[in-house]
Amino acid sequence: MLGPIIETFIGGLLTGILYSLVALGFVLIFKASGVFNFAQGAMVLFAALSLARLSEVMPLYIALPLTIAIMVALAYAIEFLVLRPLINQEGIILFMATLGVANFLDGFGQTVWGSDIYKIDLGMPKNPIFIFESVFPGGLLIDPSELIAAVICAVLVVVLAIFFQVTRVGRALRAVADDHQAAQSVGIPLNQIWLMVWAVAGIVALVAGMMWGAKLGVQFSLALVALKALPVLILGGFTSIPGAIIGGLIIGAGEKLAEVILGPVLIRAFDLAGGGIENWFAYVLALMFLLVRPQGLFGEKIIERV
Amino acid sequence: MFYREAGQFKTTYNADQAIFPISQDRWFVTAVVLFAFLGVPLLAGQYLFTEVLIPVLILAIAAIGLNILTGYCGQLSLGTGGFMAVGAYAAYNLALRLPELNIIVVFLLAGVMAMLVGLLFGLPSLRIKGFYLAVATLASQFFLEWAFARVKWFTNYAPSGSVAVGKIEFFGFPIETPMQKYLFVLTLVVVFALVAKNLVRSRIGRMWMATRDMDIAAEIIGIRPLTAKLSAFAISSFYIGVAGALWGFLRLGAWEPLAFDINRSFQVLFMIIIGGLGSILGSFLGAAFIVLTPIFLNQLPSWLGIPLSTAAISHIEFMVFGALIVFFLIIEPHGLARLWAIGKEKLRLWPFPY
Repeated sequence: MLGPIIETFIGGLLTGILYSLVALGFVLIFKASGVFNFAQGAMVLFAALSLARLSEVMPLYIALPLTIAIMVALAYAIEFLVLRPLINQEGIILFMATLGVANFLDGFGQTVWGSDIYKIDLGMPKNPIFIFESVFPGGLLIDPSELIAAVICAVLVVVLAIFFQVTRVGRALRAVADDHQAAQSVGIPLNQIWLMVWAVAGIVALVAGMMWGAKLGVQFSLALVALKALPVLILGGFTSIPGAIIGGLIIGAGEKLAEVILGPVLIRAFDLAGGGIENWFAYVLALMFLLVRPQGLFGEKIIERV
Repeated sequence: MFYREAGQFKTTYNADQAIFPISQDRWFVTAVVLFAFLGVPLLAGQYLFTEVLIPVLILAIAAIGLNILTGYCGQLSLGTGGFMAVGAYAAYNLALRLPELNIIVVFLLAGVMAMLVGLLFGLPSLRIKGFYLAVATLASQFFLEWAFARVKWFTNYAPSGSVAVGKIEFFGFPIETPMQKYLFVLTLVVVFALVAKNLVRSRIGRMWMATRDMDIAAEIIGIRPLTAKLSAFAISSFYIGVAGALWGFLRLGAWEPLAFDINRSFQVLFMIIIGGLGSILGSFLGAAFIVLTPIFLNQLPSWLGIPLSTAAISHIEFMVFGALIVFFLIIEPHGLARLWAIGKEKLRLWPFPY
């Protein structure tokens, strides 16, 4: 009995890492510009579609830099066409604008690249591996591609952490996140910083798109993964990179365990027509945490003054 | 100088507190309402009723509801679809299990059900704010959508999971043809809009607006955040629930939970942002814009004679729709209601610039 539960737990943790990859893009943009970027999911889909279609006609090592270039160009377009005219607007207006961008990108990506299901082949091993065969009967089954995703995610977080803490641009980014006006007054160009952040978020979206695309196939439902990243985000706090990772792990493991353990109980108790509590459990879990800590696990403490 | 209000003096307190203090506004609105009741039924055809007028009016009620919560009280909500579903399924179950109830009572009770659910999901708003709250309201959206898809009692154990409503009667009069449905919805809309307009001008509306502008300051001057926020959630959910019941009964006739999915929430949110946050007029303008734009975009290629597949049209529709939203936000972040006000001001001053 314990074996399957641990297996579900590990599977949940690995899926959770994929959620945090999407949440990471949200956090980067919110930290640097205070924009709640709903288009992150659309960016994931767009990046994955671009890579999938480009790699059909050229080898991966050319397609990948090309896709990165596309994402940077996209960041530039968003900064120039959407954010710059809307500078100094309220948060809700910027949020709506990113909803518009999300709509546009969904349509644009599917118009340009097509709307079938495409494959991304990263050459990752497909066969599941078994570990701890001596401890549990039959061992624990683990998907190696998810393990690789976890490693890539860890590398990405370390790189981003170094980028934020050590480099000159990273320092500027943190300054902008702290206070737009003060940063501008000491000569940090806001527009360039925003461009940079959106480009980095685009590249993070590409990594997330690659991983999800390899797992599920590249299709429209990929954009909906972003909805799963939102509870991760409020759980970890909008402004915390470690929060996105830990939040992802908690949500991933929590929802898979809930489906296995809580699901059957609910079905029996309420005579349901099937489980699927995964869809909302993450949100309720995050909500519970929020009632205790309104700024998320790692969010900055909210100090309010009149 | 298309019109001027010179010479209109307010001599009583009642005149000072009128909804439309300028007589031209009063006449204009009266004329529009009269035309909607008398002129439109004579002129409009079946298509106009079912595809344009009824959806616009029903969604306008939902938009007014969300506007009360988001535009007036400042609590961003993404759970509109879920609350509409509560209204629709509550009305379905009431009509099914208590067939002797009058249809109007069914709709109002459905609104009350949505109100209770809204109160429950409004509780977190006392603790969390802003975008955290927005994401938290998604919990209600997904939970309610799931509940109506899975709990068999709500759908009366229908094997397909979809429900259908029977004939609707209003004090013996059948509501069957599009025109009858339109008049029924229109009457409700007028009443609901009037009530909402008066609510937001009253004490409770001022409470909401103070909470929206700065909740701590509002608390310090003696406004209870509990009362203000929860009353906004309750009344907003009531409106949205009634809109959901109307949408199910008069627009769809038969539906599944998918009819009230998260896209519905975003649709209503788009309406109030495009129309104007904190404006009853804006709710109507936004609803009209959001309903008409896709219809227009859908027809445009065939009018222009460009052969396109349905899939391509729907993708391009997405694209243009997204671009239009960004475009409108850049032009006028305060929505169509503000554009309308600016236009009126220009007409008043024309030909002078100020």
